[in-house]
Amino acid sequence: MRVRVLAFAQLRELLGAGEIALELPNGARVVDAWAALAQRCPGLDGQRASTRAARNGTLVTFDQALADDDELAILPPVGGG
Amino acid sequence: MFGIVRNAIELPALENVMRPGDGAAVTFLGIVRSRADDGRPVTGLAYEAFELMAIGEFQTIASEVRERFGDVTLAIVHRIGELRVGEVAVAVFAGGVHRGAAFDACEYAIDEVKRRAPIWKKEHYADGAAQWRANPPGNAGE
Repeated sequence: MRVRVLAFAQLRELLGAGEIALELPNGARVVDAWAALAQRCPGLDGQRASTRAARNGTLVTFDQALADDDELAILPPVGGG
Repeated sequence: MFGIVRNAIELPALENVMRPGDGAAVTFLGIVRSRADDGRPVTGLAYEAFELMAIGEFQTIASEVRERFGDVTLAIVHRIGELRVGEVAVAVFAGGVHRGAAFDACEYAIDEVKRRAPIWKKEHYADGAAQWRANPPGNAGE
């Protein structure tokens, strides 16, 4: 299945793109998407503990199962205001 | 009124956000400072947002404000892109029947925007360096 990853701030810079298409096996969870991204970009490893994930605009845990055509946003600690 | 904008924030015209029964309006403006928390001279900030989710968060904060403080009207607008020192990064407007609820609503809203809206800022320093800066947890008042 295909998942569209949106990356922001330092995660976007580490990955070198704000939007990445990932091909994942059926049944993949957020944690599997993260592992696929970390394989491309080892610098992500240290960011896992502080990163939150949003599936189709809603915050989810890294155990959340993904579906084909999902949008998965990876969010570093926020700094608005 | 909730928005993410790319140009200078225009404060909402009072008649567009106040209701006839409102007697108090409180506005908070967050301004780009010339120094970081550690004292380093700052030349500007770059903000980015996950826009749809940020606006959804603003709406959630507004419904929490009404649960906590009663009949209050709220506007939240955050600017993104490159901002210079002295420019307005965020505006929160609260209107209510009396000033107590309007002050409380405004403070709660800006605290929650800083705590959880999916918005990020990169500080650009006078020496040419730059760094992403997260808000400290429990940042009320900072």
